[in-house]
Amino acid sequence: MNNIILISLAGVLTAAAPVIFAVIGETLSERAGVINLSMNGSILLSAMGGFAVAVVTDNLLLGFLAGMLIGALVAAVLAFASITLKQSQVAVGFVLALLCRDLSYFLGNPIMGQSGPRLSSAPMPFLSDIPVLGALFFKQDVMTYLSFLLIAAAWIFIFRTRPGLMLQGIGERPAAAFVRGAHVNRLRYFYTILGGALIGLAGPIYSLSVKAGWKGTISGLDGIGWIALSITIFGGWNPIRAAFGAYLFALLQWLGLALQPVLPGIPAQVLQVAPFPLMILTLLFVNIGNAEWVERTLASLPEPTRRLVARILRGLRATPPAALGVPFETE
Amino acid sequence: MRNSRWFNLTVQIGAVLAALLFTTLVLLATKAPPLEAFWNIALGSVGSWGKFSDVLIAWVPLLLVTAGLLITFTAGLWNIGIEGQITLGAIFTTWVLLTLQDSGWNPAIVITLSILAGMLGGALWAALAGALKTFGGVNEIFGGLGLNFVATALNLWLIFGPWKRPGVASMSGTVPFDASLSLPALPGSRLSLVAVGIAILAIVFVYFLLKDTYFGLRLKAVGKNANAAHLLGVPTWQYMLVSFMLCGVFAGLAGAMQVTAVYHRLIPSISSGYGFMGLLVAMLINFLPIWAAPVALFFAALNIGSIQLPVVLKLDSTLAGVLQGTLVLFVLLADGARQKFIKKEMP
Repeated sequence: MNNIILISLAGVLTAAAPVIFAVIGETLSERAGVINLSMNGSILLSAMGGFAVAVVTDNLLLGFLAGMLIGALVAAVLAFASITLKQSQVAVGFVLALLCRDLSYFLGNPIMGQSGPRLSSAPMPFLSDIPVLGALFFKQDVMTYLSFLLIAAAWIFIFRTRPGLMLQGIGERPAAAFVRGAHVNRLRYFYTILGGALIGLAGPIYSLSVKAGWKGTISGLDGIGWIALSITIFGGWNPIRAAFGAYLFALLQWLGLALQPVLPGIPAQVLQVAPFPLMILTLLFVNIGNAEWVERTLASLPEPTRRLVARILRGLRATPPAALGVPFETE
Repeated sequence: MRNSRWFNLTVQIGAVLAALLFTTLVLLATKAPPLEAFWNIALGSVGSWGKFSDVLIAWVPLLLVTAGLLITFTAGLWNIGIEGQITLGAIFTTWVLLTLQDSGWNPAIVITLSILAGMLGGALWAALAGALKTFGGVNEIFGGLGLNFVATALNLWLIFGPWKRPGVASMSGTVPFDASLSLPALPGSRLSLVAVGIAILAIVFVYFLLKDTYFGLRLKAVGKNANAAHLLGVPTWQYMLVSFMLCGVFAGLAGAMQVTAVYHRLIPSISSGYGFMGLLVAMLINFLPIWAAPVALFFAALNIGSIQLPVVLKLDSTLAGVLQGTLVLFVLLADGARQKFIKKEMP
């Protein structure tokens, strides 16, 4: 019995891997000041494209690279439209989200339901023999290992390196970063496209591993990008917190399936969307500390209660990069 | 002058041609005959009265949500939660119909009450997104997206739970209502002129609301610069909340029409993506109400016309979405390029 739970939890880590790539890609992009709202379409298109390339070339690596390329291209369109042409990031991103989704269904029609290569798990020698931890962390596939590494790498990069500091700067105070010698718009291009490539990697991780194959509208991928977008906010633009959100989401989805036999009164379709109300609640808690009336209400509470509530809110609170969505002009 | 009408028009026509070219390339990429595909879309939408009445049936909800979205866009708000607002409208309408179907009341009264309930449902769901934004500090895009998923879950739960068909619940929805509880349709068709009339009234109402009223003027001020409007004494958050709820009323009305005029029951995908499509229409017309009706009609025609593509040419019907999306994308890009060009000309 314990074994089954362990295998299921290891499965949760695998299922969360694509979400982690997408969420960290989005975090990098938003840290630089660009909201990539195209994520839902981007993931679908790269899932389809990555699968198609892997089927044709019979090469998994090329499939993953194709996914990255598609994600980077979509992000490049967004960067060009919003940074160079100064169009609304939200408008362009939203259009791309719908357009790429429909493109993936249209272009993917001929390869629908075909069988293709699938990423196999690669247990780590020695490490996989460690009791409990081995089964949980070291009997995964390559992409899941990479997702673990990415969380740490992204956190170190953003908070512990000089370029990472610059990245925070162009998202928080682009004018100040510019004065300090940063090429704000060039860097925004770079991080938007880099983030897009990571988002694009999420697609083939689905179509070549987690939900292998391309099944068109019933692939079960439509909506993932919108969820990843919420998780980015929940993650407060911090890779570790974002990863926690991704694991929480994957865990809740698994619980939804696992609880189905126990709760026969609730249809399966409902349990699968059960994480969303929770997501909204967390979004509310994460954001509510930013609202002005909360401060005022807090001030009227008795001191010990006020301090406790304020501390909880501060712990949960996440403030977006100050220049998120704001174009930068030098003059 | 470069900043002339003709220049703008040329740029816009260029964008439309670019979108057609892109879609043609997409078709060629799948080795499909482009001309035949476009011709089939045309045939499938205006080739016969039956087809065109289907276009009008799709036009009704699309025009209604576009009308609503013009209000939120005027206030500078992105009401992505519109899909959920349509769904809640449909749920409230179904709820009233289920409650009153055996009451023996005059069907006209029952239908009217159910449509009003749908409007209320949409408004309440929109108010939730608005309240999350104004009181909770949750960006309306993320709050709205989350609420869309919740609305879908609620809808599925009702269809598979409390309102399930006797025997086995299924994706085909609830038990259809008695024919007397439908909006009157034209003989031999599903098209209801009442629904078409309501949609036209809605867009006319929004046109005058935004153009000729004090409310519309102040709403524009909120949308252009919320802080300045607030300093000038416009109750900003109240205006935002009201614009959300007004948009929700129209979205709920769209949901009510889907139940009372089209499906005659509640189905899982009752919003049919019309909310997101309405966002595209509103962006394409640059938020000008006067263009809403024709452009929504064109989008509806593309959707209906592409339905026969899988049968005739073995192509996926999402081609309509590809064309719609590229149209909006290229118009946005062209507009950005035009403004950049003008800036260079006149420093």
